[in-house]
Amino acid sequence: MLTSYVPIFIFIVIAAAFAAFTIVFARLVSAQKPNAIKLEPYECGIEAAGDARDRYSIRYYLIAMLFVIFDVETVFMFPWAVSLGKLAVFGLIEMLLFLFILVVGYFYAWRKGALEWQL
Amino acid sequence: MVDIYVVPILKIVVLLSAVLLAVTYLTLLERKVIAWVQVRLGPMRVGPQGVLQPIADAVKLLLKEDITPSRADKWVFTLAPIVSMVPALIAFAVIPFGATVSMFGHPVSLYIADVNVGLLYIVSVTSIGVYGIILAGYSSNSKFPLLAGLRASAQLISYEIAVTMMLVSLVVVAGTLSMVGIVNAQLSQGVWYVFLQPVAFVILFIGGLAETNRAPFDLPEAEQELTGGFHTEYSGMRFALFFLAEYANMIVVSAVATTLFLGGWLRPFPNVHVLSFLGFVPGWIWFLLKTFVFIYVFIWIRATLPRYRYDQLMRLGWKVLIPLGIANLVVTAILKVLL
Repeated sequence: MLTSYVPIFIFIVIAAAFAAFTIVFARLVSAQKPNAIKLEPYECGIEAAGDARDRYSIRYYLIAMLFVIFDVETVFMFPWAVSLGKLAVFGLIEMLLFLFILVVGYFYAWRKGALEWQL
Repeated sequence: MVDIYVVPILKIVVLLSAVLLAVTYLTLLERKVIAWVQVRLGPMRVGPQGVLQPIADAVKLLLKEDITPSRADKWVFTLAPIVSMVPALIAFAVIPFGATVSMFGHPVSLYIADVNVGLLYIVSVTSIGVYGIILAGYSSNSKFPLLAGLRASAQLISYEIAVTMMLVSLVVVAGTLSMVGIVNAQLSQGVWYVFLQPVAFVILFIGGLAETNRAPFDLPEAEQELTGGFHTEYSGMRFALFFLAEYANMIVVSAVATTLFLGGWLRPFPNVHVLSFLGFVPGWIWFLLKTFVFIYVFIWIRATLPRYRYDQLMRLGWKVLIPLGIANLVVTAILKVLL
């Protein structure tokens, strides 16, 4: 059973090794002439002002939190979707209830303005 | 021993070389097609008709100075392109390129692995790519990459939901998560799923554009407002890895869409015997042809459509695609149980 995953693990190792190797190899063959100005963060040629890690919009947090809810819910659905043929009406009603609760939450978020990007 | 280790390693090396070659030439294809759309010639100088341009680009990127900005987190800065690149490559592991063929007298399956959760594997692996983008944006410690990284991750997770829901609808129809199983289900039901799940197909395609940061959803690298996007501070080979990852992801999306909706390696109308003369074309050629059509449409869209505004992008994702996704799933499930 698990042997079908062996090629995937080999693939992950080879892919990671390839990516790491190209970086190291390029490092060895490329010219390296750093200087203080070249290593400054890019700000269209002006001297970098202040730290980049500043405050940013609360919208990104909201999107991330909503994503967690919806994504966990879709993960629940995969096993249900595979066996819906066997579960038949019972499985259908069960999932419709689950989706109904989710949709209520979705409309709550919508009405509260969590999905608006501009206010 | 040979079957578990040697054959997969050979297949992986062949596949990896093919993918990397395809990705480098995809950049040339894109430049050429966009040039033709704009009535230009595109790259012409390196080799006849510019066919050696990708090789010249690769050599140039290899020899360029690889700058690590002084304020960056050095290790994370190096790790980010690897985190971006590896998922784009390993997603190919479960994509079936064709039916089992006979090679040197041995049956050889044209996929690396056929795991029973293949589709779930693709969804999870491709999501890891977001970490590469957000780590690149954060570790650069520069304003443009940070903003672009935030934008990119918000965009990716927004469209992820609609796409995953579409995949659930498709699994309801197919009854399996295995990629090979889904193609075989299309064979036994005698129809490509693009005809059974047209809504899912359209949403998956839009979501695919958004998740690969392609036009018209290329806000994370909108050069007019964010200079280069999350890889502004990158140069040389680490920049090249991001670039390769983006194009590899494009091929992954096209290949997955082909497998799920256009019958993978099956010939058109697999159950119509009048057309069985089409069977002389091997399955993997059909697969590559269909995948190529998707890739061409990706480029065509980039050459044609203007970019979305960020609030329009979010509205489309959250207020249009997700309700459509839920509705499509409910209708599919009801039809599946009642019919």
